[in-house]
Amino acid sequence: MATNNVLLDVRGVTKAYGRGDRRFLALQNVDFVIRAGEFVCLLGPSGCGKSTLLRIITGLTEATEGKVLYRGEPLQGVNPYATIVFQTFALYPWLTVQQNVELALKARGVSAQERAQRAVKLIDMVGLDGFESAYPRELSGGMRQKVGFARAMAVEPELLCLDEPFSALDVLSAEALRGELLELWLNKAIPTRAILMVTHNIEEAVFMADRIVVMDKDPGRVVTEVEVTLRHPRRRKDPAFQATVDRIYGAVTGKTTPETELALGRLGEPGTIVRLPPASMVPLAGLVERVAEEGGRHDIYRLAEDLSYELDDLLPVVEAGELLGFVQVDAGDIVVTPLGQTFADASILARKEIVAARALRVPTIRWIYETLQAEPSHRVDEERLQAVLQREFGDYAAEQLSVAIAWGRYAELFAFDDSSGELSLEANGVITGRA
Amino acid sequence: MRKSEVFVPRRTAGLSASDLVVLAGLTVLLYGGLRLALAAPTQVQGPEISLSIAALPRYAVYSVARMTAAYVLSLLFSLIYAYAAARNHLVEQVLMPLLDILQSIPILSFLPVVLLSLSALLPEALAVELAAVALIFTSQAWNMTFSLYQSFTTVPNELKEAAATFRLGRWLRLRHLEMPFATIGLIWNSMMSWSGGWFFLMAAETFVVGRRDFRLPGLGSYLYKAADLGDTRAILWGLGALVLVIVLLDQLVWRPALAWADRFKLESVEADEPPTSWFHDLLASSVIIAWLRAHIIIPFVDIADRALGSPSGQRWPKSRQRSRIVPTAQVALLIALGALLLYGCFRAAQMLATLSLASLGHIALAVLATSVRVTAALLITLIWTLPVGVAIGTNRRLATVLQPLVQTVAAIPATALFPIILLFMVGLPGGLNIAAVVLMLMGTQWYLLFNIIAGAAAIPEDLRYTTRILKLGRVARWRTLILPAIFPYLVTGLITAGGGAWNASIVAEYVTFGGQRHQVLGIGAVIAEATGTGDYALLLAGTLALALTVVLLNRLLWRRLYVQAAERYRLE
Repeated sequence: MATNNVLLDVRGVTKAYGRGDRRFLALQNVDFVIRAGEFVCLLGPSGCGKSTLLRIITGLTEATEGKVLYRGEPLQGVNPYATIVFQTFALYPWLTVQQNVELALKARGVSAQERAQRAVKLIDMVGLDGFESAYPRELSGGMRQKVGFARAMAVEPELLCLDEPFSALDVLSAEALRGELLELWLNKAIPTRAILMVTHNIEEAVFMADRIVVMDKDPGRVVTEVEVTLRHPRRRKDPAFQATVDRIYGAVTGKTTPETELALGRLGEPGTIVRLPPASMVPLAGLVERVAEEGGRHDIYRLAEDLSYELDDLLPVVEAGELLGFVQVDAGDIVVTPLGQTFADASILARKEIVAARALRVPTIRWIYETLQAEPSHRVDEERLQAVLQREFGDYAAEQLSVAIAWGRYAELFAFDDSSGELSLEANGVITGRA
Repeated sequence: MRKSEVFVPRRTAGLSASDLVVLAGLTVLLYGGLRLALAAPTQVQGPEISLSIAALPRYAVYSVARMTAAYVLSLLFSLIYAYAAARNHLVEQVLMPLLDILQSIPILSFLPVVLLSLSALLPEALAVELAAVALIFTSQAWNMTFSLYQSFTTVPNELKEAAATFRLGRWLRLRHLEMPFATIGLIWNSMMSWSGGWFFLMAAETFVVGRRDFRLPGLGSYLYKAADLGDTRAILWGLGALVLVIVLLDQLVWRPALAWADRFKLESVEADEPPTSWFHDLLASSVIIAWLRAHIIIPFVDIADRALGSPSGQRWPKSRQRSRIVPTAQVALLIALGALLLYGCFRAAQMLATLSLASLGHIALAVLATSVRVTAALLITLIWTLPVGVAIGTNRRLATVLQPLVQTVAAIPATALFPIILLFMVGLPGGLNIAAVVLMLMGTQWYLLFNIIAGAAAIPEDLRYTTRILKLGRVARWRTLILPAIFPYLVTGLITAGGGAWNASIVAEYVTFGGQRHQVLGIGAVIAEATGTGDYALLLAGTLALALTVVLLNRLLWRRLYVQAAERYRLE
């Protein structure tokens, strides 16, 4: 341990929801280490379990399998060497800035006088001098997060964990805070020995980290690790910077799974379970139209920027397009398929028919449709479906059912009565081109 | 705007096994109380009430002292109960269903049993005092407990995670996170509890059945005696004193408390109109208070923090199997309790078996008669509160004029006015029948009105504009917009109002007034008469019948409506 300076060692960590052999894996067999002096980023799309991993490392949640070693000792509760800066700040609104910072010290039994001294010094360090007696609600988002940083540093943590600390801020405040954090870190103004930051923003990760752990979802896992050797201060326009971004970009978005593989997975049978992305049909139509207009091919990353869409919000829509066969993803580019082109050109009703035909290839939707057909009344209670989905998707069952219902309704495959909670076959739903 | 809230646990329709256990437990308690009551004196001499104006301050102090004692009890109870339920899953599974039944039982129906059993044990005056405090406590505690429990269990996750990662111990967590988060809800519910408490206090202070006079010296009995003698001057003085006490409490306690608690709001933006209070401002700028804060409160809290605020070495639960193995001691305790319960139910059933079929039939008829009265009261209430509530809720100018007026009138407990209503109505044909409905009406209409106002005020502006643009007629507007939008509020108001109306039946259907006994057919009259004559089997049967009826109505009718309202007519 002493030889390679390892602070944190995550070994084979798995986090599962549900029980038995049918369970949903939020994290599968995750391995990585953090050494002293490192700034590490956990990067991945939403749902890849990166926040769960952060909570396991800080001891807020327990791993189902595997272990977390800190300085070679297995973690058995809240990690005493780590603190968190939260995405939503998590300041206590009824405490002043100074009281918020002092609270962390109070829990460690620091005397009132020393608490006040240390708190004032930290508040000064993050540039909030004069705001000691202000309440969080009087501050802007950026200033609140500064309090979050001051509070986290008050206990002089060895490992500072940041959970998307800049994503709730406006663009300019986020940029300012990134710079200030880097300054404190690079100048060794804080006793922190390592930083672990969770983010879904690739540029942010490349801008700040020494090493990026790239994750993907279904199940949440580590895909690759990328060392960033660019010197600080890093510039976004620098070609080397762009090259790193592009390289990671390809790793994050991956490649469309061939359809033959998808069609094999049947609900209730072993095999890959396809999780429906939580996307609605309207933005999907917009996406396909937009990319078709651009000549049928567009860089996803740039597209998100053009549309001022968070990448996190765009990816589910892209995934929905992949699942229905309207687009394919290839090396960070989104490509419209011939079917997608037809869809983009079609009328509203024709679009519904296309979606109906394609949606029936999606295991969950096909299974609901077949269940309805098998029922003499062609009606099924929502709860019954959810009970089955529970075994496949665990905590995500309700989400999966509601996405499936939304798609099925759009395609006029089945109807849903919200007050009775009943699904039924569309009476005149003539399904053309059923696979 | 004050509106009532109803706690509805996740499982909703019908009675579950745990409900049956709770009901059985209550039956046994009632039976035990009645066994004690066998030794109760057959004649209870009431206190001498003086109608002199000079006596009023003393009576006011008595009444407020009873309320305060009951409130302090309720506060302690709710803190311990809610904290335990929120902290321990096993405890939660026992406590929450218990509370759920307790909140829907008409508490006033237990007054006779509590009075009788206590007066068998203690000197008369003390027994009556304790019964009043116990009664007010049972009317106050439940909603405060639910409010605290709900707050404790809904603390935002990231604030909990922050507490865990900074290793706040239990005490610091309670002081800096859980209590601040729960404070606003607790204060609103305390205000509701307090105004509900007045209703019960006035009933308890004026309870007379047959030769048993259980009155207490206080504002309630003062008003009762004044009305009984037809002394208009004393009635006016008594009412004035009551209103003054209520207004003073509002200005000197509740408004300052709300203004103070504004800091505990979770919203991260400044509100447009934070609650204000002149008295709070006065206290805040007071030198004495500042000295007390600096020299007494802060050092004291600091000592407490240091003593109790040890850092938590929060560890994960050792293993999950442990909770599965139930220690033998617990099993033995459970079996003993079960046996006691069964035996008690058996004895209670034996007591009930002594009743003739005719008296059982009479009870059924009486429940029916009371339910007709309750329905009538609710219908009349609906007819006037719907248009008025919607008008106030959708018209800001009207609201600023009427709201303070309505709130002041609503603050007067209906039971305090009841003797005065009797004074005018008891001579009329069917007088007590009308008076009973009027009492139910007065006790319940405000819940409904306030909820409707809140519902109407919550209708989004754009929906109202849309209906105006569509030029919908009056009927269409009510059907498509107003009724669906206020439906959840309406149901909440009706649940609270219905409970209040059933409670009122105990004091409204049987009265001793002007030296004469008046009574009408109803379950409240059955209970009161059985108390007066000492027919304990009938008293047990009547109380159980009333409690069961209300619990079942709640479960089978109101709760379904409530769930439907919450799911379907929610404005998101």
